[in-house]
Amino acid sequence: MTKVLTNRFHLLGGACDIAVYEETGGYKALPKALKEFKPEQIIDEVKKSVLRGRGGAGFATGMKWSFVPKESKRPKYLVCNADESEPGTGKDRDLMRYDPHQLIEGMIISAFAIGSNASYIYIRGEYWYIKEILEKAVAQAYAKGYLGKNILGSGFDHDMYVHPGAGAYICGEETALLESLEGKRGHPRLKPPFPAVVGLYGGPTVVNNVETLAVVPHVILNGGEWYKALGTEKSGGTKLFTVSGHVNKPGNYEVPMGYPLMSLIENECGGMRGGRKLKACIPGGSSVPILTAEECGKMTLDYESAASLGTMLGSGGVIVMDETTDIFETTRNVTHFYKHESCGWCTPCREGTRWLYKVFERMHRYEGRPGDVELLYDLADKILGKSFCALGDAAAMPVQSAIKKFREDFERRIKTNLVKIQKAAD
Amino acid sequence: MYSQANEKKLDEIITHYPVKRSAILPALYIAQEEHGYVTDEDVKYLAQRLDLRVNEVEEIVTFYTMYSRKPVGRHKIQVCRTLSCMLLGAEEITEHIEHKLGCGINETTADGRFTLQEVECLGYCDLAPCLQVNFDYHEKVTTESVDRLLDGLK
Repeated sequence: MTKVLTNRFHLLGGACDIAVYEETGGYKALPKALKEFKPEQIIDEVKKSVLRGRGGAGFATGMKWSFVPKESKRPKYLVCNADESEPGTGKDRDLMRYDPHQLIEGMIISAFAIGSNASYIYIRGEYWYIKEILEKAVAQAYAKGYLGKNILGSGFDHDMYVHPGAGAYICGEETALLESLEGKRGHPRLKPPFPAVVGLYGGPTVVNNVETLAVVPHVILNGGEWYKALGTEKSGGTKLFTVSGHVNKPGNYEVPMGYPLMSLIENECGGMRGGRKLKACIPGGSSVPILTAEECGKMTLDYESAASLGTMLGSGGVIVMDETTDIFETTRNVTHFYKHESCGWCTPCREGTRWLYKVFERMHRYEGRPGDVELLYDLADKILGKSFCALGDAAAMPVQSAIKKFREDFERRIKTNLVKIQKAAD
Repeated sequence: MYSQANEKKLDEIITHYPVKRSAILPALYIAQEEHGYVTDEDVKYLAQRLDLRVNEVEEIVTFYTMYSRKPVGRHKIQVCRTLSCMLLGAEEITEHIEHKLGCGINETTADGRFTLQEVECLGYCDLAPCLQVNFDYHEKVTTESVDRLLDGLK
């Protein structure tokens, strides 16, 4: 299987040194992009690659770039979303700590494509040591003339800064991230206008995920068609998946789009821990609907297959659960997460996630009331599609899909049912 | 207010942005580095440094979970509680630390050595269960590895 993004991972950080990165084919795409491409040709090449945003939403990257106006009175910005905090996801962590220059090179090329002279890497505050890795790498890139004024004699100027977040999941939402970068609370903005038109400091801004930007040098070197051909017709290229939970070898794996989910679990991850049976899997980070074992058998890792099964590829966080798992408890856990991370801006999300958790808490104590399962479903319905940003949907979808598919794990938590179960046992 | 090196660092950070207030998140980390937490003086000083009102700094400090307005122990232990870590025994890790330190969640030991917290996803899902001590990550922790870790922290 062709690997695109993880070829330097075996160096375990060795490629943080710019000399090693260069020796292994790095900073070859940047001069090519600056000399042989016009900005709009880079956008076209990325469009040809069918690269879709790897942060979660899966929006076509070339399309997003093309929304940026060519002429702008305000400065244009490129922002790298490195606020990786979707539960189940740790891929950007390794992309940054094992190959920071791949990201930086991708960012410089992307900035050239949209005509931006300044970029920020917004990295979650917990990844402090990775922030330091990035800062060193950025300094090396300046020293080599890949950043700064008149890059490689092209006349293109670009400055890059690393900015730490401070523990708010909502700042992974692109407009909340921009608010945070401006020095405010991370509340999402109303769209439209979209950031491509009015973004950071009011200027046209592209916000892309780490993995998305890291792909760009490879598209320049090998062509968009080449990248696309690695995956499926509509989901081009390869993708990183973080596999966690009950597998023998959890980790980050790069596989071609369209790769079967069960092959990832069986081959790359060495199968289920303790030889137990698979019960469920969340294929794209905790926000996306859960799959039963049977559905997992049908799933291939691409956007279309995920959609056909009523779920999403999201951030590529694959959380695997075996037959010993209580799906009520796992859903209670993620509901706690969304309650905690709701930014408080809009009522359905702020109040809804608290109400949800309240019901979960009494069911956790086996004190659920008749009708509580329906109440959970209904509460989720009151959040879904009715909140200001996608965090509300992210809280509601796991609850509804878990109830639909694993209802018995929820019904057991109703007090009167428990009495019945105990009587039957006696 | 801060050490010469940190004042210089703050000056430099401010140059990264077209508006001063953008420097507030990195600036608050400097405050915590100096005082262990964000003090009333820090809030006033940073407001003045970044052309903000005191309540504007306060609303930032209270929104972001990585800042504390109260003193914390020398070693802030943050155990991830979210799904992937939960599946591999995060709860047991937290309970073990509670017993070992005789200190509950969100509490600080009497000697000021440790503060224990449960936090949401730290991005180490494939290396679960994980925890952070201040900024240091510890992956695939067990009750035994936690014992060794905590015993080694003075």
